[in-house]
Amino acid sequence: MITVSEVSETNKMILEENLDVRTITMGVSLLDCADSSVKKTCDSVYAKLLRLAGKLVKTGDEIGREFGVPVVNKRISITPMAVVGASCCRKPADFVRLAKTLDRAAKRLGVNFIGGYSAVVSKGMTPADEMLIRSIPEAMATTERVCSSVNVGSTKTGIDMDAVRLMGEIVKETAAKTAKRDSIGCAKLVVLCNAPDDNPFMAGAFHGVTEGDAVINVGVSGPGVVNRVLANSCRGVPFEDLCETIKRTAFKITRVGQLVAQEAAKRLGLPFGIVDLSLAPTPAVGDSVADILKEIGLEHPGAPGTTAALALLNDQVKKGGVMASSYVGGLSGAFIPVSEDQGMIDAVDAGALTIEKLEAMTCVCSVGLDMIAVPGDTPASSIAGIIADEAAIGMVNQKTTAVRIIPVAGKKVGDRVEFGGLLGHAPVMGVSKFSCADMIARAGRIPAPIHSFRN
Amino acid sequence: MKKAIITVVGKDTVGIIAKTSAYLAKANINILDISQTVVQDYFNMMMIVDCAKARRPFEDVSADLAELGLSLGLKIRCQKSEIFERMHRV
Repeated sequence: MITVSEVSETNKMILEENLDVRTITMGVSLLDCADSSVKKTCDSVYAKLLRLAGKLVKTGDEIGREFGVPVVNKRISITPMAVVGASCCRKPADFVRLAKTLDRAAKRLGVNFIGGYSAVVSKGMTPADEMLIRSIPEAMATTERVCSSVNVGSTKTGIDMDAVRLMGEIVKETAAKTAKRDSIGCAKLVVLCNAPDDNPFMAGAFHGVTEGDAVINVGVSGPGVVNRVLANSCRGVPFEDLCETIKRTAFKITRVGQLVAQEAAKRLGLPFGIVDLSLAPTPAVGDSVADILKEIGLEHPGAPGTTAALALLNDQVKKGGVMASSYVGGLSGAFIPVSEDQGMIDAVDAGALTIEKLEAMTCVCSVGLDMIAVPGDTPASSIAGIIADEAAIGMVNQKTTAVRIIPVAGKKVGDRVEFGGLLGHAPVMGVSKFSCADMIARAGRIPAPIHSFRN
Repeated sequence: MKKAIITVVGKDTVGIIAKTSAYLAKANINILDISQTVVQDYFNMMMIVDCAKARRPFEDVSADLAELGLSLGLKIRCQKSEIFERMHRV
């Protein structure tokens, strides 16, 4: 029988420590919507989304109320649009029509984001892939809820440097097209390496072509819970006890995700895909991964020892979470976005955290350089260089890496940008002034790394 | 059996249990277990109930109890028990 203290522990996590189910994301395959006419493709995409996801928001809210745990976001991920639109789109504007259809469907369904305006070009781009990529700035500027991602490399294929170079320009163009709103278009655009097919978190979510027709994936979060437990019982304790506590807490958090995922899948009549157990911070006070790093013993993230602390945290979260769910997937680990985490923002303001240190941190955590505002005059080649660096880390270490960087039009180092809501606010960070233009100008791709002799 | 956990937290006052259980009786919800403590005038109660034969949908029961709590100046939450079982039992 459940005890009073267990019940109050759970409720305290929910009511005081921001434990929540961050997202129920329905993955939907749109492969069967492809047609040779843009209009027909748009119509069948819209119809399929409404048919499958009609009850998504209502079901998520019901589950939230019945179990007493907030289900914050209800979202949709779709087959990479470059594949779906390949047979009908003749110019980038055709893809933009598809993006607007997705936006319309998202608004009608009440989901706050729909991800999968994407191209997977790890080794090379088809004409449709390139057209989709070239349509991203316009698509991000004219839609609200559509998220875009481009996978430019993988451990098996190497890095498509032509796509990297193009993405440097596309990121800049997207920033320029949404200049009036602090270049917010770039907050909905992420460049990945080794992107997973079943990630429920935005902006990188898409429903890979290896997936079934529709599936329910769930992302849980709770950095506040981990932080509070460490503050209450782990100050000054040895690493063994610290790790044990993080593992136990991750287990508990993930169990809630597993329950909600199974329940949502059952009620929506779809298979349950995966639980993504990520510590995903929000700008809310106390809901911060940076605070956990401080609790481990750093004055600020960015101090010496940060990479080790983050590696420990990331690994314990995975170890606790894997035990709690039969199907763990997606990104799973700790996210270190800057604008979405008050502790990270403070660290940047204090001068403790730089892009270079963040890059080192991405070697050991779940994703990459995330929600980083940089000066608007950063050259496209430097952005491509940053993307290439992250992709190289992912490729060599067989992990997912990503870049979501915002060269904010008209802003310089030290200025602030405000994205609002979950996207938060951020100080503009400095980028190395030295050029990589000649390297980025080279055509072709970086070969896949050798896998024996690993050391 | 459809087990749910009702928690009541707030300043102690006359009739908390009476009013809560009167509502449950009317809704045909069976009380399986009650445990309760008062620490420094602070009332903390947990009820395990069976909603299998409830006359109203679970969501309505939960909303009614929350409202009853408000009228008494308390926080009453009614949650399906699985969330606690999953979290604390392997």
